Order: sequence, then structure tokens, then C-alpha cells
Amino acid sequence: MAKKSTTAKSKTKYSKETYAYWYESMLLMRRFEEKAGQLYGQQKIRGFCHLYIGQEACASGAITALTPDDKWITAYRDHAHPLGLGTDPGAVMAELYGKATGTTKGKGGSMHIFDKEKNFMGGHGIVGAQVPMGLGIGFAEKYQGTKNLCICYMGDGAVRQGAVHEAFNLAMLYKVPVIFVIENNGYAMGTSVKRSSNVEELYTIGEAYDMPSFAVDGMNVEAVHEAVAEAAERARAGEGPTLLEFRTYRYKGHSMSDPQKYRTREEVEEYKQRDPIEQVKATILENGLMTEEEIKEIDKRVKKQVEDAVKFAEESPWPDGQDAFKDVYQQEDYPFVME
Amino acid sequence: MRVIQFREALREAMTEEMRRDKNVFLMGEEVAEYNGAYKVSQGMLDEFGPDRVYDTPIAELGFAGLGVGAAMNGLRPIIEFMTFNFSLVAIDQVINSAAKMLAMSGGQYGVPIVFRGPTGNAGQLGATHSSNFENWFANTPGLKVVVPSNPYDAKGLLKSSIRDNDPVIFMESELMYGDKGEVPEGEYLLPIGVADIKRKGKDVTIISFGKMMKVALEAAEELAKDGIEAEVIDLRTVRPIDYKTCLDSVKKTNRCVVVEEANPLAAISSELTYNIQRNAFDYLDAPVIRVNSMDVPLSYAPTYIEATIPNVKRTIDAVKQVMYKK
Repeated sequence: MAKKSTTAKSKTKYSKETYAYWYESMLLMRRFEEKAGQLYGQQKIRGFCHLYIGQEACASGAITALTPDDKWITAYRDHAHPLGLGTDPGAVMAELYGKATGTTKGKGGSMHIFDKEKNFMGGHGIVGAQVPMGLGIGFAEKYQGTKNLCICYMGDGAVRQGAVHEAFNLAMLYKVPVIFVIENNGYAMGTSVKRSSNVEELYTIGEAYDMPSFAVDGMNVEAVHEAVAEAAERARAGEGPTLLEFRTYRYKGHSMSDPQKYRTREEVEEYKQRDPIEQVKATILENGLMTEEEIKEIDKRVKKQVEDAVKFAEESPWPDGQDAFKDVYQQEDYPFVME
Repeated sequence: MRVIQFREALREAMTEEMRRDKNVFLMGEEVAEYNGAYKVSQGMLDEFGPDRVYDTPIAELGFAGLGVGAAMNGLRPIIEFMTFNFSLVAIDQVINSAAKMLAMSGGQYGVPIVFRGPTGNAGQLGATHSSNFENWFANTPGLKVVVPSNPYDAKGLLKSSIRDNDPVIFMESELMYGDKGEVPEGEYLLPIGVADIKRKGKDVTIISFGKMMKVALEAAEELAKDGIEAEVIDLRTVRPIDYKTCLDSVKKTNRCVVVEEANPLAAISSELTYNIQRNAFDYLDAPVIRVNSMDVPLSYAPTYIEATIPNVKRTIDAVKQVMYKK
């Protein structure tokens, strides 16, 4: 998707379009979720709501490194990936509201966004469970002889789940085209990596399985793109999986009810100095890829998209309660126990 | 008609379906090079090769999840558990992933997968290798649960399970793999969710499934000597349950005994008993009685087994009780 810069004079590695995409997609993720946070406070959004704010480069940089036929899976911090892939923000917002027009018709909610059209395969609620599934998704690509791969995200908390280790081993045994990504934001809910893993350099866990494993600056979208592009090359060449540890940070709490007593304000501020969106914006302006005016145009467009998404969600109907019986089975006439 | 073993019937079902659809593959511990822990998949690696028949490490959670992901992405995996006792370390993928995926994704991603293997006790194997999970899985919307009792049913139902677009739990028994039964040469399918009356009778209904069908049928044989004609229903599927066949029989016999290997609390027998009292209350001449394993873990010594799992004597006693002949 990303094009290398073609003008010899340019000092940037990638084309203007690529930087523009990175800026706009990350800004959309950011503004969308800032709005979602507000709406949660107003109780428009219920249940659990995990925000990705600060981590946007981990999704955007990977999207430009892959093709539209590649498959995506992640855990429950899952609004940003589909937004970056092009899922209608209105449908994602409507899902957060629980409306019938949501990505899964109000069945999944915040933690279970799915968009088959964009090959976004969830949105999974059990920490680490998406990792064997991601392995299986990649396995199916290899089985069917395609050149596609699966990129499978997990948080640093997931790395201590047994499922992840079983999946790493199986992925190496069967040489499955999958890119495992640890979004290491430092904390599994309120428990720091230090307090929960004897191995703090999480990427080295992959080395136990002889898996090519790398740590990547997850606040830098170019670095993310490069690491994923390299891993994708290996996967498509039949060389199997790669483990990438994106070192990133979430500015907000684990979920909406997190008092964040486990970290300092200074730590949060330190990461904000390396904000992925600000970094891309600086690159764009410093290299004259776009003018301030063009940036403002994007800001305006994103603002409008988020407003439209909220309006769409607000105006959408609730699902019919009786539709609870739909999509439980593919079998049309499944005889549910009714009392 | 030709007679083959239960394990051969299962193998034929898988083999035929794998010839028919290249997206069907078999994965599990010892299924390939070892030819199956219980020789169910004997010869399948030779026929289909290592790209269709996969040995796995001992990592049930990992390969069950692999199966779910593969099924979400166009394949039709058959995942073998060496026993469903081992499925407990994989149960998150079965319940949270396979069963709920279609609903959770608003109908976008189905999981056409078969998890199969033996369930229940298999001789003196101790507590961790002897549990029944039919009722556990049957409790979960999104799954179908098939528990055949003979080679003919096993073949037809396994073929249907593999073709089914929903996730299916298919439960066998180590103690049944060597059972022989008539199985026709030609292809046939049996519908999921339809019970089968294995013996006609008018005096009492005995409902059972899986390997307890042997107990039920033997008890019926004994009872016939005393002039009691038991109708024996094989549920074959415990999710969905064919309530109608059960109710029709109970309305005719007015008495019912349920024989099930699982522990009693929240068992299939509880469900049937509820359903029968709810829908055939006025037809009952006696309370429904069930014969389940006792409410304890199954222990090793033969005397413990004799004292705790359902048997012919307990079944006959239950029948006599519902007939007030005790």
C-alpha cells in the first residue's frame, strides 16, 4: 500500500500519500476515541470501553505495510484497527452505542468489532485467545495456497497466557504466515510488565521458539511500517511467523473506570512528547510534504467524520430484541429451547 | 450387510468427507504418524498426506484455537481430542470462540468445525480421564452436540457434522471403538437433532445416548423376560434434543427412566425430566427417574466403578420403580 518516495530530492522515506494516510488515519482514531471517551461519560456508551489513544502508530504503520487481502485480528482494544482499514466510523460508533446499524448489529459492542469486508476478524474479549485464532487464520491462507498472511495483535498482558506460547510453537512448527504483534503499552490493566513477567524484553520470548523477533518503536509509524513490511516478506516467502514487540503507550486508563494509580503523571507526559501523530505531522511539515493549510483540511475532515459518526449512531434504531435469536446458528430453523 | 467397527465407521466418514471437500482436514495428537491413539485415523496420513492430516504437540488450547481461526477463514477442520477430558484446557476456544463467533460477529464469521473424541469413563483410568462433558457443551448456545451409540449412527452423523456449518462437538468412547455393527457400503447421512427409537415397547420409556445405550438396551432385554416391554430411545444428539420423540413415547407408555453416564446435577437427564413434566405431566403415571453416575469423581478401583456408574441392575430397578413393581 505504501509507496516509497519517488522524488530523488525528497528526504522522506515514503511518499506524500503515505504520510498523509498515516496522519489522517491516526487522527481519526484519536478523535474518534476522544469522542467515545466523552460519550462513555455521558453513558451513551456502556459496558467496557478500552481506548487506543497513544498507540495509533501500531495500527496505521502496519496497514500501509500489508495488502487488503491480509487478515487482521486483535483483542478488545479494537476500535482503531478497523477505522484505519476503512470501516465506516459511523458503523463503529453505532456498535459502541449498541445500535442495529453497528458493525455487528449491536451484538458485539466495543470489544467485538468485526468487518468481514475489510478482513478485520475481531475484536476478541479473552486475553490471548485471539492468538491461536490468528494462527489458524494464517494457517488457512497457507493451506489454500494464497500469499496472504494474518497479522495478530496482543497486549503485553497476553504474553503470559499459555495460549500464546502454544500458538508461537505451532506457528513455527507449521511455518504459518502470521505476524504476531505485542502492543506493549507497559501495563496489563494496572500490572506493569515488570511485575508480571520475569522477562521484560518481551520480544525475546519469541526467540525461545526460534522465531525471528524484534523490538520496534511503536510510537513511530515509519518504524512500525518497516518492521511489518519485513515480517510480511518473510511470511510470503514461506518462512513463517515473526514476533514484533511494539513499544508503545496508552495515554488513557486500561478501561474507562481506571483510576491509574499505578503510574505517574510524569510518565504519561513523557510519552506524549513522542506522540505518533505529532511525529508524523512534524515530518510532513518539516519536509514540505503538505502545507499547514492542507493539514488543517485533514483536521476538519476528521472532525466532520467523527461528528457524522456520532450523529449516525444517535439516530440509528436499537436492534429488535428478538434478533437475539439470529446468527446464533447458520442453521435457519435451529430449535432453541424456549422455556 | 457388512459389519465394521465403530472406529472404522468414523474413519470412513472422515475419509469420504476429505475426498469430497479439500477444505476438510484432520488435526490432533497422534492422528497422523501414529495412526491415531485409538486407531481411528489409521491409514489417513498415507492417503491424504501431511498437508491434510496433522500431528500436533500436546497443546489442546493452541490447536483448538488454530482450528477455530482456520474455520473462520474458509476451512472445515476436524479437531481430535484424545479424550474430551483433555478438552478442558481448550474449552475457552470451544465455548468463547467457536460457539459465540457467529453471534458475536453479527453473522459475519461462522465456525464450521468438528471437535471429536471420546468422552466418559473408559475402564480404570482414574478421575481425570473419566468425566462426561456432554451436558457441559450442551449448555452452550452456538454448539451442536452429537453422541452416537453404534457404528451406523456414528458414520452418518459424523458426515453430517463435518458438512454442518455450525460448530459440532462429536463424542465417542474408547470403550466403543471396537464395537461392531452393520454399516452399508454406500454413502448416507443422518440428520443432527433426530432421536432414534432403538427398541419398540409399550410399558415404559427408557431414554439414553452414547455408550449408555448398551446399558439401556441390555436392561430392556432383561425386562422383556419379566414381560415388561420397554421402548428405548437413543437421543443421538444432546444439542438440540429431539424432545418430540421422547414426549410421544412417554405419552404412550406413561412412564420414563433416563440413563446417562454424566454426574447428576444439571445433567441431560435433569433437562429431559423438566421437559417431560412440563409437557406430559398429565400422561405420567409415576415420577420420571434417572440413572446417572453418582455425585462423586470416578475413582480407580473396580469396586468404586461398580458402585458409581450406571449399570443394567440400576436401570432395571429404576424401571421397576416407575412401574411400582418394587
